[in-house]
Amino acid sequence: MIYKEYSNITQVDSSLIFVEGLEAPKYNEVVKIFSNLGSLEGQIIDASSNISVIQVFGNMLGLDPKSVRILPKGKPYSIKLNEELIGRIFNGRFYPIDNGPSIIKGEEYDVNGYPINPYARETPNSFVETGISVIDGLITLAKGQKLPLFSGSGLPHNKIAVQISSQAKVSDNTLIVFGAMGVNSDEARFLINEFRERGLLRKTVSFINLASDPSIERILLPRIALTTAEYLAYEKGYDVIVILTDITNYCETLREISSAKKEIPGRRGYPGYMYTDLASIFERSGVLKGKKGSITQIPILTMPQDDITHPIPDLTGYVTEGQITLSRRLHKLGIYPPIDILSSISRMMNNAIGKGKTREDHSSLSSQLFASYSEYIEVSRLMELVGEGALSEDDLSLIRFGRKFEKEFINQGFNERRGIENTLNKGWEVLSEIKPERLTRLKQEFINKYGKWNKE
Amino acid sequence: MAIKRISGPLVVAEGLSSGIGEVVRLGKKRIIGEVIRIRGKEFFIEAYEDTSSLGVGEEVEETHFPLSVVLGPGMLGKIYDGLQRALDSMLSKEGIFIHGKEDYFPLDTNKKWDFYPLVKKGDKVREGQIIGKVREGNIDHFILVPLGFHGEVNSIKEGSFTVKDPICTIENKEVFLYQRWPIRKPRPYLSKLDIKSPLVTGQRVIDFLFPIGEGGKAAIPGPFGSGKTVLQHQLAKWASSDIVVYVGCGERGNEMADLLESFSNLVDSNGNPLLQRTVLIANTSNMPVAAREASIYVGITIAEYFRDLGYKVSVMADSTSRWAEALREISGRLEEMPGEEGYPSYLGSRLAEFYERAGKVKTLSGKEGSVTVIGAVSPPGGDLSDPVSQNTLRLVRCFWGLDAKLAYSRHYPAINWGISYSLYIDDLEEWFKKSVGNDYKFLREWILNTLNKSDEIQQIANLVGFNALPDQEKETLKIARLIKEGFLIQSAFDENDAYSSLKKQYIIVKAIKLLYDKEMDKILKGQKFDEIKDNDFVQTILKMKIMKDDEIEKEFEKLSYDLQRI
Ligand SMILES: Nc1ncnc2c1ncn2[C@@H]1O[C@H](COP(=O)(O)OP(=O)(O)O)[C@@H](O)[C@H]1O
Ligand SMILES: [Mg+2]
Repeated sequence: MIYKEYSNITQVDSSLIFVEGLEAPKYNEVVKIFSNLGSLEGQIIDASSNISVIQVFGNMLGLDPKSVRILPKGKPYSIKLNEELIGRIFNGRFYPIDNGPSIIKGEEYDVNGYPINPYARETPNSFVETGISVIDGLITLAKGQKLPLFSGSGLPHNKIAVQISSQAKVSDNTLIVFGAMGVNSDEARFLINEFRERGLLRKTVSFINLASDPSIERILLPRIALTTAEYLAYEKGYDVIVILTDITNYCETLREISSAKKEIPGRRGYPGYMYTDLASIFERSGVLKGKKGSITQIPILTMPQDDITHPIPDLTGYVTEGQITLSRRLHKLGIYPPIDILSSISRMMNNAIGKGKTREDHSSLSSQLFASYSEYIEVSRLMELVGEGALSEDDLSLIRFGRKFEKEFINQGFNERRGIENTLNKGWEVLSEIKPERLTRLKQEFINKYGKWNKE
Repeated sequence: MAIKRISGPLVVAEGLSSGIGEVVRLGKKRIIGEVIRIRGKEFFIEAYEDTSSLGVGEEVEETHFPLSVVLGPGMLGKIYDGLQRALDSMLSKEGIFIHGKEDYFPLDTNKKWDFYPLVKKGDKVREGQIIGKVREGNIDHFILVPLGFHGEVNSIKEGSFTVKDPICTIENKEVFLYQRWPIRKPRPYLSKLDIKSPLVTGQRVIDFLFPIGEGGKAAIPGPFGSGKTVLQHQLAKWASSDIVVYVGCGERGNEMADLLESFSNLVDSNGNPLLQRTVLIANTSNMPVAAREASIYVGITIAEYFRDLGYKVSVMADSTSRWAEALREISGRLEEMPGEEGYPSYLGSRLAEFYERAGKVKTLSGKEGSVTVIGAVSPPGGDLSDPVSQNTLRLVRCFWGLDAKLAYSRHYPAINWGISYSLYIDDLEEWFKKSVGNDYKFLREWILNTLNKSDEIQQIANLVGFNALPDQEKETLKIARLIKEGFLIQSAFDENDAYSSLKKQYIIVKAIKLLYDKEMDKILKGQKFDEIKDNDFVQTILKMKIMKDDEIEKEFEKLSYDLQRI
């Protein structure tokens, strides 16, 4: 096939090129762009017999419009994949940054992927033990789930991500696909070093876009990472855990592009289609009929001003299957992982726990822990106002419970791994601060069997 | 007849002769599209499939038909995409990913149905009249005279037929077991009927406090994670409908898988799998946005069809906000003048058209049927001031407002009693009196009052502490807590609790009221709150929700007997 070059550029914006008279342009088609800056790539986002619009991947600072030549490639952004990419590190456009060779062999995949047929899905219902009590006990992760970390700046989300990656046992055939968007180089180094020290690097495929790299590549990066994950999971049979960080940076880029395109902004300037765009990332996960492998996603985002109603966490929460929310209060108290259970939830939990999966009492125990902790929070607020003296004995027992729960159940070491039995037993232990009659969500048979009250 | 421009789901072509609302096929991939605006030579087309790789200059094929659904035996138990393509056929042909390679006829064309005619040769028939029936699962699937047909029956057969075999001719036109109907056009009926009976949902907070009429309309707004989807699943599972149409519109794929799985395993009171009474429409968040917009109409049209066969149908739409966003997206691409938050100015009228298709009717064939519509709303940040919530509020008569705070404390269903309402209360009062108890209305008001009073007292308690409250107020707080724990909270995942019969609901409320009356009486007579020892009673009441119906009756008798003796 012979490709033709074009140079009728009518306009150039920060990330867009407007070109006239392309012959039969296709929507989403990739183009090569030659200019005084060298060679770049772009994608046709408005294909027209008149003026077509090209979204450019890369920095156009200093571009001379007169030097631009456009070469359409006739197909959407695609990459070639084979198993040699396991253990490798790439940038946001799939170029190696670990001094290894490029991946040029293998079948070709459109990075935008195709929607998974809902009928092909199986409900995620196998328990994944992360070894972290508060997650396994109360925000249980299931294989094939998408469960994000809602964090804030300065909170230890990266540590938690590392701990989950290294401790989570999906199967013996687990791989990690790690995608970093707009992270600073310290963060990237921390993560890569931790992966290396824990012997995880050879089981990881990393894609890294630093804060200093072209922001536009953040749009491609998760798509490349997930195309890789789909290949490894659904064609090669691996159980893949995908960690994407930081979704907030990704969304900022979406906003930039949208305003460059002069689109009508939605809430707080983010584009109206951000929900759909995020869904096109997070829905690329799951357990599928007749496929051995699976994709479990743990995206990380930092909530601007710790505001969970901000469009980024809000829309993410609408797409994902729960969220693990970090708390500044617990972090200040020195508790790790500082997870606020009340604003956290795993929507797949009910399918992944219980007899045969974790333990028969898991559901009612966790429900009780949630209820009691929520009462504790209320009572402790009251205590700040009226002082300890005004509290009833029942209330005081809640206070003792809450503190113990935070210090002994939630709190655990960065390298400490707790089995599920251990986690559930600890749950019963902290509950024993409260009189059993106050615990209306526990079944009597479980109180008898697992309760840790001193039986007088 | 060629494409001039492609911008996402919006395609512009020239040289067509189609009218607005007609279906065209775009390019080599024959992508389905609908003409939505004509301006001079330019035809603006909304594409219902991914337009990646569609090229300028490719051909447009015209059908001159509006976007329609196929209605006939074989829809029950099926899962379709937003354009009514069978997703099971698609999986076997295309694998796990959707490519949209071909058209998938919505009904099984090989299956034979036993057709029994109910009219004879020579009979005069009208539109919408029943001419025969086939048995589908546990329902009689009546075959109706297609709209636009009327006159004399020239011939009619009896026997085993596929949906594509003619079974009858009317004025020399062939009639099949299936018919087509354009999705944007409400199906006609004889007259609307008053709503006098509820859709019994088995969800205590709904049936007892905020009931919905059969043929009514309700909205479930709430922030993410507050329980909209679980509630809709619960209603789809347990509500007293003959047929359920569940539209997953721009939401998660796993939720559809979950529905399919649990509906195959659950059986109704006759032992039939719930899936047998269900039609699923799944246009998940990662599927083409424009088809989301169509999926809602596909769902409601299928519902109207079953209504016309004489059934009680309910439609769950999760989520109408995603549907509205699809409208906004297309409107933005058309460069229409944006209204509030970028939504088109016709958002309100489109929503109204949708909810207006709910109702209880006398059908063209003289039967009674109903469509109850229950729509989830997903307001940004949970803030109900958004245009979709506001417009919806004006249209529905039942409002079940979900609340993040209740959800955070795992009070499910997180229906906030302070903001929720049902405007069906008066219409349904008679029914509840007869079917539940004469004092239904009184008990309902007592519960709401107690909850509201306790919310006020709680605010004071938050300042001064529980111990500083007068004993009567302590009692109110305690009883309100019992109402919440023992009655309002209902676990969707506990097999004994997921569905609560009206009888059970009534008994639990009676039991709580009895305890309250007894204790309040004592307090008024001077007994100290702290001295009331009632833990056994409280424990019994708390356990009532997981008791069987006959068991709970005995417990209640025992409880009232014991209470009299203290
Ligand atoms: N009635 C209920 N019983 C038990 N858990 C519930 C109930 N309603 C909601 N939940 C819990 O809340 C989670 C989120 O509910 P969901 O319906 O998915 O929220 P939404 O659709 O509003 O985002 C569920 O995964 C479940 O864990
Ligand atoms: Mg939902």
